Amino acid sequence: MTALSLRGVTRRYGERTALAAVTLTLPAGQTLAVLGPNGAGKSTLLRVLATLLAPHAGKLEVLGHPLPQESWAVRGKIGLLGHEPMLYRELTARENLRLHAKLHGVRLERVGELLALVALERRADEPLRTLSRGLVQRVAVCRTLLHEPELLLLDEPRANLDPAACEIVEPLIGRASGKTRVLVSHDPARALLEADLVLGLARGRTAFLDAPAQLDPQGVAELYR
Amino acid sequence: MSTPRTSSVVRALLEAQLRLELRTFESLPAMWLFSVTAFVLFHFGLNEDSLSGNLASGVLWVTLLLAAILVINRLYLADAEQGGFDGFLLSPADRGSLLIAKVLTLLFYLAAVELVAVPAFALLLLEPSLGQALPGLLGVLALGDLGIAVIGALVGALAIRTQSRDLLGPMLSLPLLVPVLLCVAGATAPLFDPAHAGAIPLRLLVTLALYDAVFGLIAFALFDFLLED
Repeated sequence: MTALSLRGVTRRYGERTALAAVTLTLPAGQTLAVLGPNGAGKSTLLRVLATLLAPHAGKLEVLGHPLPQESWAVRGKIGLLGHEPMLYRELTARENLRLHAKLHGVRLERVGELLALVALERRADEPLRTLSRGLVQRVAVCRTLLHEPELLLLDEPRANLDPAACEIVEPLIGRASGKTRVLVSHDPARALLEADLVLGLARGRTAFLDAPAQLDPQGVAELYR
Repeated sequence: MSTPRTSSVVRALLEAQLRLELRTFESLPAMWLFSVTAFVLFHFGLNEDSLSGNLASGVLWVTLLLAAILVINRLYLADAEQGGFDGFLLSPADRGSLLIAKVLTLLFYLAAVELVAVPAFALLLLEPSLGQALPGLLGVLALGDLGIAVIGALVGALAIRTQSRDLLGPMLSLPLLVPVLLCVAGATAPLFDPAHAGAIPLRLLVTLALYDAVFGLIAFALFDFLLED
């Protein structure tokens, strides 16, 4: 089954083209790594796939549903872990996750289960503003996984996490999760290890799209120059 | 996982909103202080010890409307700044549930402000006794608050997506609130007139209820478009 199908997907912000005619197909269960310098359109691509931005041109299907026509059918099947944790600073981790559980119609026991999985039970009842960035990122991982999404959209998911925390979240959002993933990363070496398909973006355009083994390391390095 | 029920989503959103206010206590003290200060300013500005009739009604409602503007501007601030909008949009929850939750949040704020502002107004400016006017006034307040809350929730959602939200909120909501002000001030004036206490013009209340209902429907129809890209 095809999880993602993009044909000439384009997105503009006013005059500026953030994403220009991106075309790719990703089978279910595989990982797409998206590489590129700042402003290349990586986060825009994730927001388009997450239904938060509508494409201005091209055809896009996520989990078999054409977007933006069937956005409603896709929401609830995707988990977006972006730069922003999408959590209220004045609420506790538990309160934030209970809110999202209710938004997704998820049983509330799942909140406790996830907090235990990311080793956060002890700090779960403290306001988020009192937690370190790394701990907030762990809560954001829980928020992303609450509704057991089929597709994970991950923008620098290990940002702010120390090695121990990376190990904790690895089975949840890493390759071992078995989910279809789109992984935006500034660490090409690591991304290439995790990916089945690699998309290089430069100024919104596709610089390369290939399996990691087929990629020219020189070409990857040039993307950041 | 099941499709979330709208009532459960509204309850969850409202609970979160009220928790945020109780933790930060940012909006309510500002609204209380603004209302009481406005009454003191009217007291000195009009050079009157006490007011009755149309003047009293106008002073009370203009003060309540302007106090409401303070919170309308902040209604979606935490959602916009902390990613609550995106979190909500990524969920399969019905978009209208956010509108309902915001209307209920505004109603809570307005009721909390009126708990302080109306007695303060009676103490500082009102000539006839509040006790006689209170039963009728509660009905007018309820209908007036509903109108302010519906318009505020809609305008707040529109303004928060723009760069100039601090300006756009009042600029859009005040003209839309003029019909509400006309109705509530007209309906309250007889209550504050010692000679005709209790005689509320029913025509104004029906007009206000209709305006509330029409705006409620418009808000419900437009809200999805305001949230979508």
